[in-house]
Amino acid sequence: MKSNMSDRLNRRQFIGQCAHTVGSMSILGLLLGTYTRQSASTPARAIRPPGAIAEEDFTGACVRCGLCVRDCPYDTLKLAEFGSDVATGTPYFIARDIPCEMCEDIPCVAACPTDALSKDLTDIRDADMGVAVLTGPDTCYSVTGVAHCRACYVACPIRDEAITMEQKRVGNRIYFEPTVHAQHCTGCGKCEQGCVTEEASIKVLPRHLAKHDAGRIA
Amino acid sequence: MSETAPAATERGLWQRNKWLLLRRTTQFSILFLFLLGPWFGIWWLKGNLASSVVLDTIGLTDPFILLQSLASGHAAGQAAVFGAVIVLMFYLLVGGRVYCSWVCPINVVTDAANWLRNRLKLNLSWQLKKSTRLWIMVMALATSAITGAIAWEAVNPITMLQRGLVFGMGLAWVIVLAVFLFDLVVTRRGWCSHLCPVGAFYGLVGKRSLVRMNAPERTACTDCGDCFRVCPEPHVIIPALKPEKDTDTSVILDSDCTNCGRCIDVCDEEVFRFSTRFG
Repeated sequence: MKSNMSDRLNRRQFIGQCAHTVGSMSILGLLLGTYTRQSASTPARAIRPPGAIAEEDFTGACVRCGLCVRDCPYDTLKLAEFGSDVATGTPYFIARDIPCEMCEDIPCVAACPTDALSKDLTDIRDADMGVAVLTGPDTCYSVTGVAHCRACYVACPIRDEAITMEQKRVGNRIYFEPTVHAQHCTGCGKCEQGCVTEEASIKVLPRHLAKHDAGRIA
Repeated sequence: MSETAPAATERGLWQRNKWLLLRRTTQFSILFLFLLGPWFGIWWLKGNLASSVVLDTIGLTDPFILLQSLASGHAAGQAAVFGAVIVLMFYLLVGGRVYCSWVCPINVVTDAANWLRNRLKLNLSWQLKKSTRLWIMVMALATSAITGAIAWEAVNPITMLQRGLVFGMGLAWVIVLAVFLFDLVVTRRGWCSHLCPVGAFYGLVGKRSLVRMNAPERTACTDCGDCFRVCPEPHVIIPALKPEKDTDTSVILDSDCTNCGRCIDVCDEEVFRFSTRFG
């Protein structure tokens, strides 16, 4: 009788303990998981290094070691600090500040120990960091006719392929419009950095945000 | 006078703090090696505690971070796996939680909190179970699997602090301060000895590790309690120092022991020393 009692008590205690542990860890896990998901929603202005795998896989692959940052010869790449809107410790760059110089040997990809930056990227021209979009046709000097500017075109490392100045005509007025060819654009951001208007009139956007040709055919 | 307390006078300041100083030197040296690059352009050690490259040849990767990456569904790169194997082998040899007391920068923070807690005689302590950190480790792995992201790295104070110092702090001070205050006013030795899943992981790694703390001179013990007071995991000492049978081993085999060596420092009877797990 007595042993039966203590047995029942033990089982009750055991189940109680399990519920206690599983319950508290589920609460913690939910909070951590939600925070992890939330902090993984990268803002459009933060561009991942060349070769970065799809954003939803990136935060599971990147160990936030910063080796890509260290091997970037132009100090383009930064590691997100805690409290910024990019997932803590993950690499990114702001094209307007320092764009990607499209090194032929792609040192950032070579440095990545986890293949978060995929070794499949062997030709930097196949990089797909984003795509440039003429976001400010109302401020672009060339479009508005303020000046014969073609700063973005000149800045582009693969000009005439990724970007051309297309002749347009509205009534009697002829002007040249910077035109991005998404299938060639790597999203390096040289055009965005080169743009002379106060707020860049051409910007690199993540490809899913850019309304462009059918998309990149690599 | 000297006859009543001979041991105390024989052991100088150095002997009473040797392992603590060696430990601090190691912790700061590792941090300094990481800072040589950004500060002086000397890239002997590149990266951070998550993954690094030594002298441009040997890659090292934190196995717990890699494990979360694997749990998230990413087939990790060769370099990372190889780097994690090297790290695992090292800690299998010297003791898993050597990471905690000899490498981890948060250890300096929590030791400072504990020192201040003792100075201010803050005795209130919210009781937490030792097993909590194991469950948090399981939770971190499960959350990684469910969200597809390396979950613990979103909040991990260790890499947050170390990455912050080497790459840029941001608001990481907030997390470090939180850990400090937690250990100071909420729970004695709260973070490292109860909650941190990284320590729990390295504890598991060190289950069968070679280098151990030993109490070969336990018969000289005067029950002063100095080692218990200073040890971050005092329960590990009991089976070795106060065995049920005299034939029981004097080796501390509990993998919660961080091999910090502070017990050697504080024991005037020189009961403790490092040894292998075989004695």
